[in-house]
Amino acid sequence: MKTVIEGSHAMSEGVKLSRVQVVSGYPITPQTHIIEEIAAFCSDGRMEATFIPVESEHSAMAAIIGAASTGVRAFTATSSHGLALMHELLHWASAARLPLVMGEVNRALGPGWNIWTDQTDSLAQRDTGWLQLYCEDGQEALDTTIFAYRLAELVNLPVMVIMDAFFISHTFEPVSIPSQETVDRFLPPLEPRIALDTDNPFALFQMVPPAFYMEMRESIQRGMDQALAIYDQVEDEFEAEFGRRYGLIETIGCEDADIILVTSGSATSTARQARMELEARGEQMGILKMKTFRPFPVQTVQRALSGAKKVAVLDRNFSFGAGGIFAQEIKSVLQPLKNAPVVFNYIAGLGGRDITTETIISLYEQTKERQAPESAWDWVGLNPYDHQPS
Amino acid sequence: MLNLNIPDNSLTEPGNMSCPGCGASIAMNLALNALGRDTIIVIPACCWAIIAGPYPISSLKVPVLHTAFASAAVTASGVRAGLNIKGDTKTTVMAWAGDGGTFDIGLQSLSGAAERNDDIIFVCYDNEAYMNTGVQRSSSTPYGTRTTTTPGQAWKKTRKKNIMEIMAAHRIPYAATANIAYPRDFIEKFKKAKSMPGGTRFLHVFAPCTTGWGAPSEYGVKIARLATQTNVFPLYEIENGDTLVLNESGSKPVEEYLGLQGRFKHLQTHEIKEIQKQVDNDFNRLKSRPHTVCTPLDQASRDSHISMELS
Repeated sequence: MKTVIEGSHAMSEGVKLSRVQVVSGYPITPQTHIIEEIAAFCSDGRMEATFIPVESEHSAMAAIIGAASTGVRAFTATSSHGLALMHELLHWASAARLPLVMGEVNRALGPGWNIWTDQTDSLAQRDTGWLQLYCEDGQEALDTTIFAYRLAELVNLPVMVIMDAFFISHTFEPVSIPSQETVDRFLPPLEPRIALDTDNPFALFQMVPPAFYMEMRESIQRGMDQALAIYDQVEDEFEAEFGRRYGLIETIGCEDADIILVTSGSATSTARQARMELEARGEQMGILKMKTFRPFPVQTVQRALSGAKKVAVLDRNFSFGAGGIFAQEIKSVLQPLKNAPVVFNYIAGLGGRDITTETIISLYEQTKERQAPESAWDWVGLNPYDHQPS
Repeated sequence: MLNLNIPDNSLTEPGNMSCPGCGASIAMNLALNALGRDTIIVIPACCWAIIAGPYPISSLKVPVLHTAFASAAVTASGVRAGLNIKGDTKTTVMAWAGDGGTFDIGLQSLSGAAERNDDIIFVCYDNEAYMNTGVQRSSSTPYGTRTTTTPGQAWKKTRKKNIMEIMAAHRIPYAATANIAYPRDFIEKFKKAKSMPGGTRFLHVFAPCTTGWGAPSEYGVKIARLATQTNVFPLYEIENGDTLVLNESGSKPVEEYLGLQGRFKHLQTHEIKEIQKQVDNDFNRLKSRPHTVCTPLDQASRDSHISMELS
């Protein structure tokens, strides 16, 4: 049976079912519904957890770092400016090897103030040592939250579960909410490898001299490697309980497609629709949906793209002076391949602008027509009156 | 003079990484003497982030959680929440921050914890500047001080922030000043803070840094005592933001305190007079509130103390 709930609340359900014990929260649109619902769960006893209403996102992350250091399961959620304010503590959490999970609702950064979807906020945190899992709909947000705790606790690294502002967070969809029994079977109680203990005192996260620092950083990378290595197995366990799996990436009709569109988040659903419309016209567009961005599934992506002639990367994000962020990473993993496909980079949908099926079909057609991209990236659909080339 | 008989505590290792004469090191000794083994300490960036020792060693025999500069109070709140949900409500959680991590970058998180009345003890060991980074001014640096960011004639022209008024304004159950030169008073206050679980308790500890203050290392305790004897740092307690108990004060002129420290040696007579005026005003302002007077000897037996109402 499915329940019609919004994406934010689907994630809150995932947190409840994961038996999270400490949750901190600070309001920011469009994330706020996630922590509001959790505050209600804590207040009426549906969750046996403590909700800490902190005074900033910086403190939201510090609070769950403190809580997780005692060996309990902890959660917070944020967006955009809140995530940027947390930046320092994102590094702290991963280097502390704490298995935290955080909900992150993609929202544009100001100025000007913009509450709508844009992935630059989370992608700008790519070097903080957090796993990043991007979701396409409410069901995936719920499932990935539960999955994220299992993965985090196996590799002792924090996981960010990411969804688009409004297109997912505020959209009501039918969502299958698993039973507590099945979640308990998939996600056993936390057995912390690190916990403050007055009977066994030690110092955590102290000063580290050069003689040890590099080894600690290398061990974080080994955690990332391990996450890739066990991902399929954890998904097997997930699928056995819940009947769903998402993959490190998802490929749709990539096997014999000359052109593959790389996308992520809710734009993937639009791309599925565009693909069907193209198919009806006899055109074939493969889709590669990026779910796991950190760790970057290099070999999986190489395999999926190696047979294509052209790859069109749709980036709802931008790194100034360098281009779309997914495209940068895709180019770097294709570089070692012989006869690697040509990469086209399309920047679209920033600050919540719609990406429609027509947008995607036109990108496909443009990619098909050209032998090579005319520029390092294309800004899709700029207003002609505002766009004055210098 | 009191005959102090304070046993060495067994929770701090000798030979830590503090400078000779470090007031903050003495403060930790006294604090753990009072709080005992069942304590978890949260330390942000500050001198004690170094003094506690680098990986893989520790100079403390209680668990220590190091956290980011701005986050001492809320990290302690998170530790408390984690312990509580596991059923451990008896372990004391103490945030231990310098003046930068309290008055400046840590103030927002501290105010948040105090407003929520989180069940933690927050200690500011105050050495009146960013000593760990090499003596830069903080908002705890008093009027008249030379630091590396208030050098020469640009010595600090604004006064020290009154952190006790800020914390008392949160109406937390307990806020007190303590001084390493008054160890009995110090220990009793930490014991009292521990005996009042359930809310935020704030201890403002005077901890001279002779390295940064331009004084011989053996003068740390002497300078600390003079701070109270000149009313630069009177010792008092405020319960629920309201009830004021004055523990120790003095009547010596501020020159005796200022004159021992290089950081003040540039001051002219009229500037010292200005400091005396500020100190007198602050102390009169404190005394003008309804209060009782209670000496350290009375601290341990508060019920039997003879209090005196001042007009």
